[in-house]
Amino acid sequence: MVGFLVVAAAGGTQGSGMPDPIHQFEVHPIIPLKLFGWDASFTNASAYMLLAVLAIVGFFILSTRAPSLVPSRLQSVSEITYEFVEGMLRDSVGHGGAKYFPFVFALFIFIFACNMLGMIPGFFTVTSQIVVTSALAALVFVTVLVIGFAHNGMRFLRLFVPQGVPALLLPLVVLIEIISFLSRPVSHSVRLFANMLAGHITLKVFGGFVVMLLGAGAYATLAPLPLLMTVAMTALEVLVAFLQAYVFTMLTCMYLSDALHPGH
Amino acid sequence: MADKTTAGTTQPPHGAGQPKPFPPLDPATFAPQLIWLALTFGLLYVLLKRYVLTRVRTAIEDRRGSIQRDLERAEALKSETEQALADYERALAAARTRANAIAKAVQDDLAAATNEQLARGEAEIAKKVADAELRILQAKSKAQASVTSIAEDIAGAIVAKLIGGKVSKDEVRKALVRRAAE
Repeated sequence: MVGFLVVAAAGGTQGSGMPDPIHQFEVHPIIPLKLFGWDASFTNASAYMLLAVLAIVGFFILSTRAPSLVPSRLQSVSEITYEFVEGMLRDSVGHGGAKYFPFVFALFIFIFACNMLGMIPGFFTVTSQIVVTSALAALVFVTVLVIGFAHNGMRFLRLFVPQGVPALLLPLVVLIEIISFLSRPVSHSVRLFANMLAGHITLKVFGGFVVMLLGAGAYATLAPLPLLMTVAMTALEVLVAFLQAYVFTMLTCMYLSDALHPGH
Repeated sequence: MADKTTAGTTQPPHGAGQPKPFPPLDPATFAPQLIWLALTFGLLYVLLKRYVLTRVRTAIEDRRGSIQRDLERAEALKSETEQALADYERALAAARTRANAIAKAVQDDLAAATNEQLARGEAEIAKKVADAELRILQAKSKAQASVTSIAEDIAGAIVAKLIGGKVSKDEVRKALVRRAAE
């Protein structure tokens, strides 16, 4: 049976009844557009980005429409989210971090909304595209560089020179520090991208097994097994969707902390 | 995952033998996604910063402010209560002291009056006793005197009856005094 499943997973793209697990990541234009020679088509990805923004803004406006001293459920959710991100920023950045709260909050809520929208069957996952996560990570990286130099001037470079390192080892340590600093946006973006991509492919593959087994005569009796797996995986993926938004934001906060206080 | 598309095309070629690029990594989709990400994320950032976050913050800060105010008022009321309690206890202690003083004064007065009356009574009794003793003494001496004279009279009468004749009172008295001395 295992062999059958592996064959099905490997070869099941066309004709075998296995839904293509990669199909969900395809970006196709809805309204083709050209802007200064660049392709600026309004694609399904654009539609879901816009949907995420509208959902976020709509939710927050709706939930704070009639603010009361004893918050309603919706108001509680928006306030808890606000205080969650605020706490994250305060704990890791501390003094001087409040200025960047809207940026950090926008990052968290955008990634969270995109991840969660992606959990709805049939919906496109914006954050499963490497270009999106890379752009967000690059935005954080550039922001950190700008804030770092604007705030500390050349002293920002001390970030690469840890204290208490023997002079002999210093060049090597500085080199390692620089490499690790430069690799931050890579790990920052790939972590989110890979988690969302792998999760959705896995879900789709297990979902496909259910359909295939149902169509395979006596094997249909085995169909509940991958179905159970799909249900469990969905729960896990909801957790991952939140966790990856949290991790992305947390790392952003830590990088901001480096930019504001490079001494330690 | 070989990339056969040229940058700028929206539709990757779907030729039979040509391998499609892996969609999440397809460079042809990079430009539109970047542009729309910038637009939507920028819009989100501006809306959040200008409008949404202030609304949430206002609600939270209003609550914190009102809780703070309530706590302060509770604190003020508590200290007021404690002040009132302290005042009450102080007043109670003062009243108790005053009551004790009054009770003691009254007791002292009563004791003094009683002592005075007692002393007066005793003095009166002592005087009466002394008077009585004096009177008894006088009566006793008078009685003794009369006993002596009666005895003399009787002795004179007896002598006169026995011997016949008169005996002077002085002789009788001398004889009686001589007999009494033996």
